[in-house]
Amino acid sequence: MAEVTFDAVTKRYGDVTAVDRLEMAIPDGELLVLLGPSGCGKTTALRMVAGLEELSEGDITIGNRVVNDVDPKERDVAMVFQSYALYPHLTVAKNVEFPLRQRGMDKAEREKRVLEVARTLGLDDLLDRKPAQLSGGQRQRVALARAIVRDPQVFLMDEPLSNLDATLRVQTRADIVALQHRLGTTTIYVTHDQVEAMTMGNRIAVMDRGVLQQVAPPQDLYDRPANTFVAAFLGSPGMNLLDGELDGTSVRVAGGSIELAEAVPGRDVGASPVTVGVRPEHLRLDAAGTVAATVRLVEMLGAETHVICRLEDGAQLVVRQEAVVERPALGANVRVAVESQSVHVFGADGTRLEGSTR
Amino acid sequence: MHADATALAPTSRHSAATEAASRRDRRHRRIRKVISYLLLSVGAVVILFPIYIAIVNSLLAPSQIAHQPPPFFPTHPMWSTYPTAWNEGHLGLYLRNSAIMTAIIVVGQVVTAILAAYAFAFLSFPFRKTLFIVFLSTLMIPFEVTLITNLDTVTRLGWYNTFQGLTVPFLATGFGTFLLRQSFLQIPKDLSEAATLDGYGHWRFMTRVAVPLARPAVAAVAVFSFLASWNNYLWPLVVTGDNNNVRTVQIGLKLLANTEVQNINVTLAGTIIAIVPLVILLLVFQKQLVRGLTAGAVK
Repeated sequence: MAEVTFDAVTKRYGDVTAVDRLEMAIPDGELLVLLGPSGCGKTTALRMVAGLEELSEGDITIGNRVVNDVDPKERDVAMVFQSYALYPHLTVAKNVEFPLRQRGMDKAEREKRVLEVARTLGLDDLLDRKPAQLSGGQRQRVALARAIVRDPQVFLMDEPLSNLDATLRVQTRADIVALQHRLGTTTIYVTHDQVEAMTMGNRIAVMDRGVLQQVAPPQDLYDRPANTFVAAFLGSPGMNLLDGELDGTSVRVAGGSIELAEAVPGRDVGASPVTVGVRPEHLRLDAAGTVAATVRLVEMLGAETHVICRLEDGAQLVVRQEAVVERPALGANVRVAVESQSVHVFGADGTRLEGSTR
Repeated sequence: MHADATALAPTSRHSAATEAASRRDRRHRRIRKVISYLLLSVGAVVILFPIYIAIVNSLLAPSQIAHQPPPFFPTHPMWSTYPTAWNEGHLGLYLRNSAIMTAIIVVGQVVTAILAAYAFAFLSFPFRKTLFIVFLSTLMIPFEVTLITNLDTVTRLGWYNTFQGLTVPFLATGFGTFLLRQSFLQIPKDLSEAATLDGYGHWRFMTRVAVPLARPAVAAVAVFSFLASWNNYLWPLVVTGDNNNVRTVQIGLKLLANTEVQNINVTLAGTIIAIVPLVILLLVFQKQLVRGLTAGAVK
């Protein structure tokens, strides 16, 4: 059990900065999800905690100990790889036992531990099999078993579910959360899948191009994105972002205006350029709406319908509505109503202007 | 009943069509099989016929061998040629020497090839690529080119007529290193990283994971090294001189041929004795041999 902190951690490969001054503290027992598009530096950050990559600058501490120069094996962390990294020539039992053999533990104790962990993960019938004789889900569980068998201070998981099919992924997702909760081991979990991040994390850290964008509990991240990147990245489809001009409590956009519930502090005098964000579920087609748009496409997803509209300046606006609501015709001119309580306002640099919404 | 019959009709027509197609498919496959077996049989005859003739001739009297046309089957086999070859040619001693030399070379090559290949595949050090190319380039230099220098070196070291002289120049192998490196490179990087986190250093990862996973390639290196050193003629010839206690069986056969000029059947009997260990080895290891050679080539 230990707290993990990143202190101005930077990783450069030649001219490329993979991780840029990462500052973050992960309290003991938390499951933190590192989320971001591929190449955002999340896996590099994880590998630096494991000791598989060296830091260019900054410090990483695990349980009050700076580990920059500590050997991977001395860090007491266990990692679950995307590929599972099982040893193909060893049985399940030997694979799980592998990390224990280096620790001077006697044979009886090792076998006891392996059996315990195997029982926890429902592997006790598979102990004599080789990895090639297992299904994807079973291999995944063996990889987990190998990580938990030596009771490390920190678990590191690098997209451990991405090789599983959709159904199994949902099941395993829940299993990992339950397991982590029971063991109470600090866990850093890397994924590019926002659903995984939203459902699993105590908190989510969103990264883009090596820079940490925001760390917050899932719902906060969704409700109060710190900038336009987080706003657009989370949600499916992501938040609608429109360029506009803020003037008092209303934002002028192409084809109309959007009213705010209250003025943005510090921006209440004179007009200023902003980006205004509204989630698709906070929009509604309504003859009394304040924004004029043209219907481009209607996507039916069963329970809900996405109406994709275009404003007069070409900007796109996605409206999410229940399937039972009447669908507009393609090419129809419609008006869109905006819930003023749920409007997000971002400055010209893309960061959230405090005070907007909720 | 009627409804059933009409419902079945189209299905059976359909299945008749697919059955015809699969029958055609099967026939094609059989033809291809027949052709490939025919070619393989021709190849086998070309390779085995000389060996067969050697066996037949080793059992015939010299006068019968000279007879035209030569007999293709020994009607009165002279088994005595084998003990004669064994005793006259000191084949027991020479086979022992060959076995000692080959064992040293095989073990040496396998060990050095594993170590070098592991370094090339898993360690990062300056000039790794350049060094590997230098290693590979040794494959392009025929042994005959280095023969004189090697002989000079070995003589200066005082190893003329010794097992050191016979074996030391062959204790490293560019070919084996290359083969094993390719095999090691196929081991996913995640495995070595997982082992690192589990506290395994390079030595233990190599012995516990890398080598067991590359076993087919290791076996192939061992077999090729065995074949090459067992059959080596030129180097043992120049480096063993007149010491019977280190002469290998290949040199022994040449001596036997010289002393038994009149009795070619005895020389052939000696030859057959000398290839027996090779044949046994090939029978035992043929699967590894093929797998090792095609590893990485066929996906």
